[in-house]
Amino acid sequence: MATIERAGAPADRQGGTPTRSEIEDFLYLEAALLDEWKLDEWLALFAEGATYDVPTTRADDDADSADQLFLVADDYARLQHRVRRLKKPGAHSEWPRSRTAHSISNVRIVEAEGDEVLVRSVFVTYRAKNDVTDCYFGHHFHRIRVQADGLRILSKRSMLDMSSLRPHGRVSIIV
Amino acid sequence: MATAFEKHPTGTAWVVEDRDSFRVARTTFTDQDVLERERAAIFDRCWLYIGHESELPNPNDFVRRAVGGRDLVFNRDRKGDYHAFFNSCPHRGAAVVREDKGSAISFKCFYHGWSFNNNGAFATRFAAGTYPEDFNKDGCANLVAVPRLAGYAGFWFVNFDANAESLEDYLAGAKDFLQVVADHGADGMEIVGGIQEYSVRANWKLLVENSFDGYHAHETHSTYLEYLVDAIGGPAELFPSRGNISRAYDLGNGHAVIEGPAPWGRPVAQWIPAWGEDGREEIAAIYAELEKRLGKERAEQVAYGNRNLLIFPNLVINDIMAITVRTFYPEQPDYMNVNSWALAPKGEARHFRKRRLDNFLEFLGPGGFATPDDVEALESCQRSYRNRAAAGWNDISRGMLRDEPLADDEAQMRAFWREWDRRVAKAG
Repeated sequence: MATIERAGAPADRQGGTPTRSEIEDFLYLEAALLDEWKLDEWLALFAEGATYDVPTTRADDDADSADQLFLVADDYARLQHRVRRLKKPGAHSEWPRSRTAHSISNVRIVEAEGDEVLVRSVFVTYRAKNDVTDCYFGHHFHRIRVQADGLRILSKRSMLDMSSLRPHGRVSIIV
Repeated sequence: MATAFEKHPTGTAWVVEDRDSFRVARTTFTDQDVLERERAAIFDRCWLYIGHESELPNPNDFVRRAVGGRDLVFNRDRKGDYHAFFNSCPHRGAAVVREDKGSAISFKCFYHGWSFNNNGAFATRFAAGTYPEDFNKDGCANLVAVPRLAGYAGFWFVNFDANAESLEDYLAGAKDFLQVVADHGADGMEIVGGIQEYSVRANWKLLVENSFDGYHAHETHSTYLEYLVDAIGGPAELFPSRGNISRAYDLGNGHAVIEGPAPWGRPVAQWIPAWGEDGREEIAAIYAELEKRLGKERAEQVAYGNRNLLIFPNLVINDIMAITVRTFYPEQPDYMNVNSWALAPKGEARHFRKRRLDNFLEFLGPGGFATPDDVEALESCQRSYRNRAAAGWNDISRGMLRDEPLADDEAQMRAFWREWDRRVAKAG
């Protein structure tokens, strides 16, 4: 049986605007790596200097973490720490680990310029632990760039479209 | 003023205290009849936080709030006076305010169109003969105001008991600590937008305990402490005259606080290496303003001390690396809703505001490096209380033998539980 290539894009990608189908493959790969707890590989999808944030529920798409309280507003250093932390048994909320299913749909390229695109997608994430299943839903904005070695995330923003984060008590596994 | 803890024996079924042990029955976290008693003896009678004055900066501003199991509107009228109404049309009951916040000179019920001035007065004219001439003479068509509403140091509270003691008498020794928090900013304090709204599948009193529990940090939050060492470039330089202070204070009426040295940066006004030499100068300027305005002793307390303050029953103000304002209410014995806001000095420089908010969210809330582990711990306790028939008691006696309890002792929890016991168990 042939090995399935796991890279987000062909290794010989020569730049230019990625297609939606390439973006979809890339987002599905990101979802799979989170579900499989391959967090180092997940982190490697981000370009150095990338940001990752999750505003509070009911925030606007363009909310600014310098002006208002967020749930997550990671610069690249804190994102690296987040991954390091989640791999430790001391991250009690994920030890033993939860089981998740990250589902991505409605993928649209909403801006494209050169080798960068802004992508809007809809997510539904199920998280199960301690006999409780939580459902998170909302939409992601990914700013993605084509690099010589494949696609990379420049920024990821996850908007939670629930009216509040209830009954959930955590977003410890990245939405 | 804060007083030392006194040891006094009690002997109810739920809270058992003797000279050197303090135990709480686990049924207090699980039983529906306990929750019903709490609703009547605590949430219907205590002063409950509804909001901060900065959330209503102008006349006609309003916010909608869930407080003590009620749906309330907290607002200012055209003259600027403060009100709190039950959010229910006196006609048939629909909500008259359905937005989270806004500005309105009147409220209109969407069901049949009854209108109200923002001071609560009924303001609809009906065709002659529809209702008697003297309709609403007794005020039956006005919005119903909460029985009591009062503010202290910018924090506003409601009370559903018209005969309750005054807010200031109720706050007792907590007044001084509310003032410490209010003193951070030369131009006052403000709630920063964005509410963390989440739930915990555990009893609300477990979050009371956790909110000012200095004992659990090293075990529960090891990953945060490891992050901190790396992220802040080493611990803060503790101010010599206050660096060793670690105390718990009983503030009366169930309120209590733990106070200790802050090992992390405080945007008011403790520097850490991660903020660089420019940051050091800026922090020095913030501190100089504090000392000029408040005097040396209070300025040092504001700048270098950590405070985890509980206003009985459920207002927690953590003045730590950021200032959090948090309330939580039981929906069921094993389920609570939590709301958490960030409080900050008005006019703070944008990069310090960003640091403050970063400090808040990297430690606290559903996406932080610490709160999710607290949630896991509280939910683990709650699940384990299924064993209560065989393993029925919690131990809250840490530090009871000390004359001056430390911030990582449990004296502050005993202060809460004694008041809980007085109000719930002894109310009969």
